[in-house]
Amino acid sequence: MQETIIGQTNPLAMLFFFLFVAATLGITYWAAKRTRTTSEFYTAGRSITGFQNGLALAGDYMSAASFLGIAGLVALKGYDGLIYSVGFLVGWPIVMFLIAEPLRNLGKYTFADVVAYRLKQRQIRSAAALGSIITVILYLIAQMVGAGTLIKLLFGLSYEVAIVSVGVLMILYVLFGGMLATTWVQIIKAVLLIGGATILVFFIMLKMGFSYGDLFGQAAKMYGDKILEPGGLFTNPIDTISLGLALMFGTAGLPHILMRFYTVPDAKEARKSVFYATGFIGYFYILTVTIGLGAAVLVGQSAIAGIDKGGNMAAPLLAEALGGHVFLGFLSAVAFATILAVVAGLTLAGASALSHDLYMGVIRRGVSNEKEEMKVAKAATLSLGVTAILLGLLFKGQNVAFMVGLAFAIAASANFPALLMSIVWKKFTTNGALASIYTGLILSVVLIVLSPTVWVDIFKNPTALFPLKNPGIISFPAAFLIGIVVSLLLPEKAAEEKFIDEKIRSYVGIGAE
Amino acid sequence: MQRSKQSTKMLDDPDFRELMRRKNAVSLALTLIMLVMYFGFIMLIAYYKPFMGIKIYGAIPIGIPIAMGVIVFSWVLTGIYVMWANSNYDSLVKKVIAKVEI
Repeated sequence: MQETIIGQTNPLAMLFFFLFVAATLGITYWAAKRTRTTSEFYTAGRSITGFQNGLALAGDYMSAASFLGIAGLVALKGYDGLIYSVGFLVGWPIVMFLIAEPLRNLGKYTFADVVAYRLKQRQIRSAAALGSIITVILYLIAQMVGAGTLIKLLFGLSYEVAIVSVGVLMILYVLFGGMLATTWVQIIKAVLLIGGATILVFFIMLKMGFSYGDLFGQAAKMYGDKILEPGGLFTNPIDTISLGLALMFGTAGLPHILMRFYTVPDAKEARKSVFYATGFIGYFYILTVTIGLGAAVLVGQSAIAGIDKGGNMAAPLLAEALGGHVFLGFLSAVAFATILAVVAGLTLAGASALSHDLYMGVIRRGVSNEKEEMKVAKAATLSLGVTAILLGLLFKGQNVAFMVGLAFAIAASANFPALLMSIVWKKFTTNGALASIYTGLILSVVLIVLSPTVWVDIFKNPTALFPLKNPGIISFPAAFLIGIVVSLLLPEKAAEEKFIDEKIRSYVGIGAE
Repeated sequence: MQRSKQSTKMLDDPDFRELMRRKNAVSLALTLIMLVMYFGFIMLIAYYKPFMGIKIYGAIPIGIPIAMGVIVFSWVLTGIYVMWANSNYDSLVKKVIAKVEI
C-alpha cells in the first residue's frame, strides 16, 4: 500500500489555498467598487460575455462531489460511476432548447420573475421563492457537510474550522463583491479544476503509454470485465429512469444555474454560454472517468476504500502517486476552491429569492427603492451564510447524500414544470402554477422521506414505504398534470390576455431588461 | 394600451409567425432527440446488460463508447442549436424588430 500524507496537515496545500484566497479576495475588492446597484449585485450589471458565463456555469455546476465523488465511484464501482456522469450532463441541452433564451428575455433577477410575469405576483413569488430556497438550502447542506469532511482529509483541519472558513469566505465574496466577484471566483475555479484534471489525466496516460486500450485492459485484468460493464448500482430500471428524470430536468430548475443567465447582455449570449458550459462540463466528466479508472489501476481499490469508504480520495491519492506532494497540494487546494465557488453561487441565488422575490415582491408588493433593496439583499446574504454555517455544524457526521438527490427532484418537479408552462402555455393560471409548485415540492419531500434512502438508511426501518430511491417519475409528471388540470378548471382571463406580450418578448426580446 | 395594439399587430405578422413556428420546431425536435438518446441509454443499461459488455477493442466493451457518445452528442446538439439560431433565428428576429420600429 502506498505511503500517503492524506489526513495530515499539508503545508503545500495550505500555500496553494492561500494563494487562491488572496487572489479571490483581491477580485472581491475590485468587484466591490463596481457593485453599487441591485442590478450589479444580482447580475454583475449584465456585463458577462457568453464565454465567461459558460465557464462560470461550469464552475457553478461542477461541485467537489462531482469531481471527487464521481472519480471515486468510477474507481470503486467502474461503469456505474460513468452512468452518473452522463446523468449530470444531459440536463444542459434541455436548459438550452427550452429555458435559456425565454428566461433571459422575460426575467430580471430570478426565475420567479418569469413564472410571475403574467400571473398574480405575490402568490407566485412566495411559492417560487419557497421552491428556490428549499433547493438552495438542501444543496448548501450537502456541500457544507461534504466540505467539512473533505477538508479534514485533505488539509488535516478540523471539521468545524473547515465549515466556518468556507462559510466566512463565501459570505465575504457575495456580500461585498456580489455577482461580479462570484462569477470570477467561479471562472477561476473552473479553469483550475479543468486544468488540474487535464494534468492528472496526462500523467495517467503517460504511465499507460497514451493508450486507452492499456488503461482499460489493466483495469479488466485487475478487477475482471465486470468493472467495465453496468453493474449493481442500477438494477431497477424504474428507479434508474426516476433518477434520470430528476437529473435531466432538475438541472433546468436549479435556481443558482438559472440566475446566471441574467448576467449576460442578451438571449444570444445566454444561448452561447450554454454551449460553452456543456462543452466544459462534458469534457470534465470524461476526464473524471479516466481519473477514476486510473486510480483503480494505479492506486488500487483497497487503498482508496481504506482511506474513505465512499472513494472520495481516489483522485487525491492518484495525484499524490503520480505528482508527489506538490501535485496533491495543488489538487487539494483546487477541491477547496471548487467547494467555495459552488456555495458562493448558491448563497447568491438564495439571497436573491429572499430579497427580490419574498421581500420586494411579496412583503413590499414591488414598491421599494434601490437603497432599501440593496440593504435587504445584503442582510439576506449574511443570514443565509450564517444559516449555512450553522446547518453545516448541525449535520456533522450525518448521512446527507440524499439531499442532492432531493434538491434535484424538487428543482425538476417544483421549479421546472411551472417555469416551462408559464413560458409556453397560454392557458396557464395562477392557481395552476401554485398547484403545480406545491405538488412537486410536497411529493418530492414526502416520497424521499418514505424511500429507501431515508426511511431505511437513516430511520433504520426494515422496509421502505415508497420503493424508489428518487421520486422523479411520480413527482415530475404529477406537477405537470396538476398544473394543467387546475388551469383548465379555473381559467384566468387576465393571464391569458397578457400572454401576447409575453410571447413576443420571449421570442424576440423586445422589452427585455 | 399602445403596446397591446402593437403586440396584436405583431402577432398577425407572417414573419413573426414563421419565427415562432421554426423556433418551436427546432427546440422540440432537439429536445426529443435528447430524450430518446438519454432514455435509450438508460434502457440499454437496464435491459441489455450483456449487450453493453460486448468487447469491441481489446478489453473495451461497447458500453464505454456509448456512454461517452451520449456526453459528446449532447454537446454537439447544443452546438447545432447555436449554429441554427445564429444563422437563421437571429436574422428573423432582426427582421421582425425592424418592422415594429418603422
